[in-house]
Amino acid sequence: MVNKIVSEPILRTTALTKQVFTGEKQLTILQDIDLHVNAGEAVAVIGASGSGKSTLLGLLAGLDIPTSGKVHLDSVDIFTLDEDERAALRSKILGFVFQSFQLLPALTAIENVMLPLELSAVSNAEQTSQRLLERVGLASRLHHYPKQLSGGEQQRVAIARAFVTEPKLLLADEPTGNLDSATGIQIIELMFELNREHGTTLVLVTHDEALSRRCSRQIRLADGKLVQ
Amino acid sequence: MNFFKLSFLMLRRDWRAGELNVLVLALVIAVSGMTTVGFFADRVEMALSRESNQLLGADLLVISSHPLGAHYTEQARQFGLAVSAVTKFPSMISNGEANQLVDIRAVADGYPLRGNVYLAGTRASPEYRIASKIPESGTIWVDEKLMIRLSLRKGDMIDIGATQLKVDELVMREPDHSVGFMNMGPRVLINAADLPATGLIQQGSRITYRILVAGEAREIESYRHWAETQLTAAERIEGIRDARPEIKAALERAEKFLSLAALASVVLAAAAIALAVRRFTLRHLDGCAIMRSLGASQGGLSLMYLYYFISLGVIASIIGCVLGFGTQEVLSIWLADLTETPLPWPSIFPAIHGLLVGMVLLLGFALPPILNLRSVPALRVLRRDLGMPNTHSLSGYLLGLAALSSLFIWKAENLQLGLYLVGGFIAAIVIFGTLGWLLVKSLSGLRHQAGGAWRYGLANIQRRTISSIVQAVALGLGLMAVLVLTLIQDDLMEDWQTKLPHDAPNHFLVSIQQDQLQPLEAFFSRYDIDQPSVYPMVRGRLTQINGKDVVAEDYSYDAHAERHIRREFNLSWTAELSEDNQIVQGTWWDNVDSEQAAFSFEEGIARTIGVKLGDELTYDIAGRPFTAKITNLRHVDWDTFSVNFFVLTQPGFLEDYPASYVTSFYVPPIETDMMHELVREFPNILVVDVAVVVIQVQHMIDQVSKAIEFVFLFTLLAGFVVLYAAIASTQDERIYEAAIFRTLGARRDQLTRAWAAEFVILGGLAGLFASAGATVMGYAIGRYVLHLDYTFNPWIWLTGILAGVIGILLAGMMGTRATLSSPPLLTLRKIG
Repeated sequence: MVNKIVSEPILRTTALTKQVFTGEKQLTILQDIDLHVNAGEAVAVIGASGSGKSTLLGLLAGLDIPTSGKVHLDSVDIFTLDEDERAALRSKILGFVFQSFQLLPALTAIENVMLPLELSAVSNAEQTSQRLLERVGLASRLHHYPKQLSGGEQQRVAIARAFVTEPKLLLADEPTGNLDSATGIQIIELMFELNREHGTTLVLVTHDEALSRRCSRQIRLADGKLVQ
Repeated sequence: MNFFKLSFLMLRRDWRAGELNVLVLALVIAVSGMTTVGFFADRVEMALSRESNQLLGADLLVISSHPLGAHYTEQARQFGLAVSAVTKFPSMISNGEANQLVDIRAVADGYPLRGNVYLAGTRASPEYRIASKIPESGTIWVDEKLMIRLSLRKGDMIDIGATQLKVDELVMREPDHSVGFMNMGPRVLINAADLPATGLIQQGSRITYRILVAGEAREIESYRHWAETQLTAAERIEGIRDARPEIKAALERAEKFLSLAALASVVLAAAAIALAVRRFTLRHLDGCAIMRSLGASQGGLSLMYLYYFISLGVIASIIGCVLGFGTQEVLSIWLADLTETPLPWPSIFPAIHGLLVGMVLLLGFALPPILNLRSVPALRVLRRDLGMPNTHSLSGYLLGLAALSSLFIWKAENLQLGLYLVGGFIAAIVIFGTLGWLLVKSLSGLRHQAGGAWRYGLANIQRRTISSIVQAVALGLGLMAVLVLTLIQDDLMEDWQTKLPHDAPNHFLVSIQQDQLQPLEAFFSRYDIDQPSVYPMVRGRLTQINGKDVVAEDYSYDAHAERHIRREFNLSWTAELSEDNQIVQGTWWDNVDSEQAAFSFEEGIARTIGVKLGDELTYDIAGRPFTAKITNLRHVDWDTFSVNFFVLTQPGFLEDYPASYVTSFYVPPIETDMMHELVREFPNILVVDVAVVVIQVQHMIDQVSKAIEFVFLFTLLAGFVVLYAAIASTQDERIYEAAIFRTLGARRDQLTRAWAAEFVILGGLAGLFASAGATVMGYAIGRYVLHLDYTFNPWIWLTGILAGVIGILLAGMMGTRATLSSPPLLTLRKIG
């Protein structure tokens, strides 16, 4: 019984396809993607530039709409929901880390981390956020604005923001892409540590083979198709 | 690198990519708003002055005491103008035993060129008729007064000089029924062809020759310029403004208001352009960095953007002008019944103004920040946080503000008004800016207490302190312009209504003798008419200014002044300054040594004859000199139709001189019996009937009010659309914000609330600034420029703040609606 629950996939896609029209031409970015990710897994999605990695990640999170196919997130068929319902689902179970950090420039580090908690009206937002920022080594940077932080520090804020809601699933899109290699290694270490501490499922998009080998499973994309 | 060509390529690409939407929209709306107001005001103004010209019977008169040379007529025809002539003189006419002094007008074909002669109806059709031609040769048209005095009937033959004419029509009113103390008797119209037969045109007769011309405003203006060079000392030109101070005052106020409305749209345009340029700069940072990294020089980039913006300005301004023309065309069709005469075709000037204003505003506000783009470091291609320019440095706006100031002074067409506005706006910017900074800083305390949406609203405003203040000030200035117009419009309408109520005086009595005052009082009581105020009047010729003899010939450069010098002045005395008079220089008698006689002069006449405060003037009154110093100058509201004097002195000095009295009062039009009785009982008193003029002026004011209300509404609308464009200029930041909020799971309403909070704060600030500014500006403009009694309106604060909050909230939510529905991934990709 227990085993069955553990092996129930937290994420499942069925024949997920994304096409876009560029002028008169139809371009297939993703074609018939079937994959599942079980709770607690760390999965790397690898592939060359333009293979459709980031598009896939966007669809998994419901940030974009597929041409056809389904995504089940925590057993919910997310494209039967409307945009607001998807947003509500995201705030409950998803965390994000982006290549370009995507912090709000108007908010301080701690306010950026508090944002998702405040959106779902969680109490103690400030204490929780401060604890996480301390955990990622930014205890002295709480009230700095993004532009006053280095790239590595900004990504730490982003990671703190991703974990602050205790998400079941963390989606990371080239999290080290904008960082130098030493900083990149620190960030990856931090991300995996937090992942272990919080028991989060991880889907990591990268083109870095070395990084992908740190995950328990690798999924390779080429020309919009899955190559196992 | 050919930067000229490159600029076009870039412009085309940016256009295609939609990069220029907001800027072009702001510019097009601004220019079209202004040209619409310009075109429309131009047409209404022309129509109104043409309509008021009905009171003259023409657009322009050339007047002389001797026959006018044929060149005046020929030249008028060459300009394509309609021409007619009137010869006017007083003479006795008789019907059997009865004689009467009348005012004879011998009219030529075409008379009147503007307006109509209204004839009494017949028994069959008692309605007024409009005369379709002038009196036939051998006939005479007479007015009601003469009919009664000579007991005339249609078909009677009356003697006029050496000939006899048949009474053919009864004239109810004719257009050039002039008001003034000079011509008062009954009036008759005859055909100019009968003039020689009367034998009345002789040496020494008091004859006025008039040439009437009418046509397109520009040709009239050209003709006027030409004719002015031809005038001899005995000749003069008269347009409606020279002839009728009361209409001049009304028209000038309306014009000032319309130019204020146009200025308000300039302010709105400037606000929108300044904000749109900011967005443009931010979006072009990357492009500049890439071009720099590819080897473009700083000078080359500057040159390219210069060409780029000149082309953009020309294209957008032309679109704006065309749109403006179209809008006003629709407007004038819609308001077809606004004026009695069809609206004349507008001049090209509003389009040229629009084009120039568009260019000046765009270049003034765009160039400094755009030229800053050249200093974007090439390294930005690697590190995006580099090279964020200070888009709101004050120096970036200096050129724009200077451009705006010069536009103000130019568009106000009045240095005083222009300077008031520029001064007001610059003071407002400085005060609003400082106040805004203090307010935003003090709001930071609230940020940590505020929850949810308010926190983000405050955070956004605070992070962009300078940018938020610039937005609030820009929006505040725009709103202030609209509020100032509201205030002034209200006061203007109210002022006109109170000044010319339905019982405004419509009759003047002149030459009342001292011993007639009591019988006249009794006469008014008999007819239940409120006793009107009676003013004493002595007549005197100006003989000396500061001890120097006054010679009419010294004034030959100004026919108007010369006429005043040749004529006698009407002097009066009073202890109290009447309500429609206002001291503009010096002090009223209350504070002046009353042992010494003093003069109070109307400011216009003082200017005309070239006298100022402190000058000592001597009048010859019935052979005795009377000398006094000018101790104050007055502004007189001539449009009240009350009795007013150019020259006043204190009581106690002129009482010994031979005086007569004047008064003005209202008689309902139906009381004709009473007027007939008055003429019979006081045969020496001159009755001046201005009822027709009062009605015409009232009608004209009604029309001007409608036009003003409409133009005002249009400015409001344009203001709102420009606000929308202004809000749209911050859209990029909002799109980005929206994407992150959505990714983190924010619902649409959470995001909406956060923005709404920001717009409410911004709108509240803008509204606060606008109300404060409008209160001060409204007072200054009303009091000193339009000479209105300004009434402080506390509601303006509530209105201003509410309008700011609601307007910006509405414009903001409309402007960001699209943002809410764009998929977050798309946005993050585009920006990340």
